[in-house]
Amino acid sequence: MSTHLPVLQVVVPLLAAPVCALIRNARAAAVIAVLASWATLAIALSLLGDVMSAGVISYAIGDWVPPIGIEYRVDIVNAWVLVIVSTIASVVAPYMITSVADEVARGRIPLFYAAYLLCLCGLLGITITGDVFNVFVFLEISSLSAYALIAMGTRRRALTAAFRYLIMGSVGATFIVIGIGLLYVMTGSLNMADLAVLLPEVWDSRTVKVAYGFLGVGFCLKLALFPLHLWLPNAYAFAPSAVTAFMASTATKVAVYMLLRFFLTIFGAPFSFGVMALDRVLLPLALVAIVSMSLVAIFQVDVKRLLAYSSVAQIGYMVLGLSFASVTGLTATLLHLFNHALMKGALFMAMGCVVYRIGSVHIDAMAGLGKRMPWTMAAFVLGGLSLVGVPLTVGFVSKWFLILGALERGWWPVAVIVLLASVLALVYVWRVVEAAYFRPYGGDEGGPREAPWRLLVPTWALVGANLYFGISAVRTAQVAERAAEVLMTGVGP
Amino acid sequence: MREEIIVRVGAKFLAPFIIMFALYVHFHGDYSPGGGFQAGVILAAAFALLALVYGLEAVQRVLPLWFTRMCAALGVLIFAGVGVVTMLLGHNYLGYNALAADPTHPEHGQHYGILLVELGVLVTVFGVMVTVFYHFAGRGRRDP
Repeated sequence: MSTHLPVLQVVVPLLAAPVCALIRNARAAAVIAVLASWATLAIALSLLGDVMSAGVISYAIGDWVPPIGIEYRVDIVNAWVLVIVSTIASVVAPYMITSVADEVARGRIPLFYAAYLLCLCGLLGITITGDVFNVFVFLEISSLSAYALIAMGTRRRALTAAFRYLIMGSVGATFIVIGIGLLYVMTGSLNMADLAVLLPEVWDSRTVKVAYGFLGVGFCLKLALFPLHLWLPNAYAFAPSAVTAFMASTATKVAVYMLLRFFLTIFGAPFSFGVMALDRVLLPLALVAIVSMSLVAIFQVDVKRLLAYSSVAQIGYMVLGLSFASVTGLTATLLHLFNHALMKGALFMAMGCVVYRIGSVHIDAMAGLGKRMPWTMAAFVLGGLSLVGVPLTVGFVSKWFLILGALERGWWPVAVIVLLASVLALVYVWRVVEAAYFRPYGGDEGGPREAPWRLLVPTWALVGANLYFGISAVRTAQVAERAAEVLMTGVGP
Repeated sequence: MREEIIVRVGAKFLAPFIIMFALYVHFHGDYSPGGGFQAGVILAAAFALLALVYGLEAVQRVLPLWFTRMCAALGVLIFAGVGVVTMLLGHNYLGYNALAADPTHPEHGQHYGILLVELGVLVTVFGVMVTVFYHFAGRGRRDP
């Protein structure tokens, strides 16, 4: 059975989703969703282990030999992303049971889990497949289910937020499929490894460059790079809390992976950095995203929106690492995929606990919560410290590699901007801390109590991971560095 | 339109042929244009026609909403299940050769495999199309 692991990674959630929709029992659907999420984590860890020791794994769907058939191709880069996505899924899924029962209409809960599993299936599929058209198919699966998940938010504005995301997401997906179509026209192949071999012969053609442009805009829409991020803040602010925690830690990460996979593996680093000057395009956008979005975050009063804007800024860090065009820079990007998933997951889950007890995340409604909900707010503080980049948290590890990458290129002003942006992060995290700990509680005595342990345990699991991987970053850094080397050298025979 | 005798008889007369044509498009899909998606849409069109002429309630007595919703999920299970079966028979996921009755002619399995997988597509597309139609047609009356 172990030879089938690459396809099982996708098939387990794909099979679990219709079962959830068929049984129409909220509790049973929740159990299935949790078990399926844990199964994907077990498979992803086992795949990462295999790839670290034995190299690339290739799986031919339907026994059709690649490049003719669809190939699932696991190398160290996507094994790493698979682990990120499935880790977050297996922590958020148990959290969903309590959080979703509170926020989603009872009759819709089984369908909610079906949509969640389809979204997970799509994200894992995008990551594992070695076929560019298959990427598009899974992209649509994950996006369509994401729109449905966001629309299930409690407030009516969730519907407009989901619709806006639908329009922007569809534009992005269309751009991506146009780019894929142009590549197919030029090479006659859809297999990634095959494309990487065939493309250098047609580098000079304008069609390939246009395809590159379409793909670039499409990916940047999907990963919400400034200035194409406008769909993100509302989508994250109005989605159910568990969905926000899941999407913020996985969806944009997978979009960054797509960008890296297409531009570095398929087109190759020499084409991206040499011919298309990708680094010079992305560098200013990333820096503007980091600074401007951190500034916007400072002036938000809804804490979920505040964190959403902070996410756009953090995506800037990931893109910044890519724009260094070096192994160190890419290591920073790949590390930050994991680290940011841990910190934003923890922060959004802490906010989910607040929503569970007081039904709002307005900054004034959170006054005095530090005493009322000590564990929840402590989780927020630790997650916030990680976001700022304080030593002994994962945020510090990311920033360390980013600054190393900047200094390696001799771009010390960039390093200064990264450090200044950390101060901005400190400001917006502090605003929440100030409200929760230094303002008096305004309500009556029988006010909110601590969140239930079923929400706190998953939240603290991620907070613990923030500290653990912040203190012993050797293993994660090793994997990220090897993955970065694979991306920079391009696909081997 | 319930009083228009020509429309009523015409719809009743056409519906079985539309359903037959849907099955033809499905089962002939590997020799001629067609397949599960088109067949599912045509099948749903037959019920949409009946609903337009005889009213939503009449059609929902034959084809209730819970059934079409179940179809939408069931089709995905059929599709993914075929892959699991081929995997259990010792081939790769969706390796249709595993389905051949006669092991000396594994290519026969391709024929069965694609028909089964497309059947899953048919069931899901039919279910989703009719569910969407019910929801739009039932808007403003009561929760369908």
